[in-house]
Amino acid sequence: MTALLEVSNLSRIYDVRRGAWPFGRLAALHAVDGVSFDLAAGRTLGLVGESGCGKTTTAKLVLGLVPATGGEVRIGGESLPAAGTPAWRALRRRMQMVYQDPLGALDRRLSVGRQVMEPLAIHDIGNPADRREKALAMLDAVGLAPHHFDRFPHELSGGQRQRIVLARALMLDPQLLVCDEPISALDVSIQAQVVNLLLALQQKLGLAYLFISHDLRMVRQVSHQVAVMYLGRIVEQGDPDRLFAAPAHPYTQALVSAIPTHARAKRQRVVLPGEPPNPVDRPAGCAFHPRCRHAVARCRVETPELRSLADGRRAACHLAEQIA
Amino acid sequence: MAESTGALVSLQGLTVDFDTGKRIVRALHGIDLEVRRGEALGLVGESGCGKSVTWLAALGLLGNRARIGGEVRLDDRNLVGAPVAELERVRGRRIAMIFQDPSSSLNPVHRIGRQLGEALRLHRGLDGKAAEAEARRLLDRVHIADAQRRLGDYPHELSGGMNQRVMIAMALAGQPDLLIADEPTTALDATVQAQILELLGEIRRDSGMALVLISHDLGVVAENTDRVCVMYAGRIVEDAPIDTVFEEPAHPYTRGLLAALPELDGPRRALTPIAGVVPEPSNLPPGCSFAPRCERRIEACEAAPPPSTALAAHHRVACIRA
Repeated sequence: MTALLEVSNLSRIYDVRRGAWPFGRLAALHAVDGVSFDLAAGRTLGLVGESGCGKTTTAKLVLGLVPATGGEVRIGGESLPAAGTPAWRALRRRMQMVYQDPLGALDRRLSVGRQVMEPLAIHDIGNPADRREKALAMLDAVGLAPHHFDRFPHELSGGQRQRIVLARALMLDPQLLVCDEPISALDVSIQAQVVNLLLALQQKLGLAYLFISHDLRMVRQVSHQVAVMYLGRIVEQGDPDRLFAAPAHPYTQALVSAIPTHARAKRQRVVLPGEPPNPVDRPAGCAFHPRCRHAVARCRVETPELRSLADGRRAACHLAEQIA
Repeated sequence: MAESTGALVSLQGLTVDFDTGKRIVRALHGIDLEVRRGEALGLVGESGCGKSVTWLAALGLLGNRARIGGEVRLDDRNLVGAPVAELERVRGRRIAMIFQDPSSSLNPVHRIGRQLGEALRLHRGLDGKAAEAEARRLLDRVHIADAQRRLGDYPHELSGGMNQRVMIAMALAGQPDLLIADEPTTALDATVQAQILELLGEIRRDSGMALVLISHDLGVVAENTDRVCVMYAGRIVEDAPIDTVFEEPAHPYTRGLLAALPELDGPRRALTPIAGVVPEPSNLPPGCSFAPRCERRIEACEAAPPPSTALAAHHRVACIRA
């Protein structure tokens, strides 16, 4: 089976000015640096990492919303056309995005129904009666009632708004949904509702999800594969159960151990020194070495490649075998 | 840790009504809560449940649109309706507060040193060299490296985690007996959150200061407090030691919260969401506020709000079905 989405060696470099304009010198910010992964239809890849690690840039690159500096994105075997071209527009029907803040993603002056029907209008599909019918069916599919059709976003709760965003994203029958922190803005009791809905929709429609979140527990709940990013690179990738139970990369170990839990007594916390460095000042060698308690001389000079370990997962650490 | 000797602060029947101009909406429906000396207490609930409003009301920080009822007792004095001068002696000096977003709590146009100095002058009457030395000591205390240089930095020159350390240092400036930390790590990354919580725990162990940790994250509260109060729609629905809440939660809402959280290890299980949504404060059901979402609801639940009753020595719950 060929993957629905193939990402190879993707990178995005921003030119940023260090210091006050116009005196500062230009520097290269490697937001995403050589990221590769595959995603099959009906599967979920969880992308985790801290703010600034390149998760969202990766999502935008996958959709072509930001042009890549290097590497390639292939959808169903075809290379992603340049943004704005008719070919890209046609392809965009197959991949949609769901953002963190549903109120920001919705137009507060348009009724729910208008917004849910809008993708069909943009792509000139069906007549108004068809569109209305499909929108009502979609509202039902995401657990909303027909009377929500004429409501406005401010009249609804956060969970309901996120359902509308989902309904709108699904109107064009996409194959891939890029979900950027889709539940982070919701309350705990509502998060579970939306996650269960995402899982049910995946079952029913065979959707593939690129699921971006900083919440490792939710990521484990929804993902078939997980990739952990640090400063623009994937540092560990594999099956979520194994990856979170026994992380191989020291950064993943720290990330997992940082999750507060009632069952703390069982685990020893690894508190990392310092904070993630500025991506402009990416440390030489392994970018994680200044915060790593295992770092040796080699880590300071040689950047570790993402390589397969004995149990099938991949990690970018020279010492993965010794410290696991 | 300091010995727990009786209540430091005691809230009795605390109510808050907001005047929205059109009508009066009750946000807090009688909070009874005691914080003992040196204790770490967690306050958990979803947005709008009143966990922050409780302490803003207690310190008189809600402004004149809010009407506050009930009592907030500190050293046998009632802070509700107390003159501003008296409240100002309490704020920062007896009870300090830190918030979710440190960069918006700090003044962007003043250097860190000046802001710390201001707190030291207000609370401790320190000036000049003495204030600077103390500010340096406080930054050392919250593990900010190179304190002397950092005193000359502006908030935007520091990261979010560093700014939260500065906020903690400012809160410590008044040597308070109680620190209210309102979602102190919600805006921070996971690994930085771990550092900040570690720091709060360390300070508490060293100084015997009591801590109220307000959070929506049961895990954060579990690791950093001894006792937790679960709030829902302006009421405390369950008050119990941490282990009890996780092992024998009594209120259906507490149980629902736990069932809605995924685990990081063990087999994956389907999440059980709590159906429905939190009711609007202006439109609460007549009986138990949780009844419309509750699976164990009976007719009596819809008649009147359930009283808080003791299940065990340190375990109170407001549910007639518990």
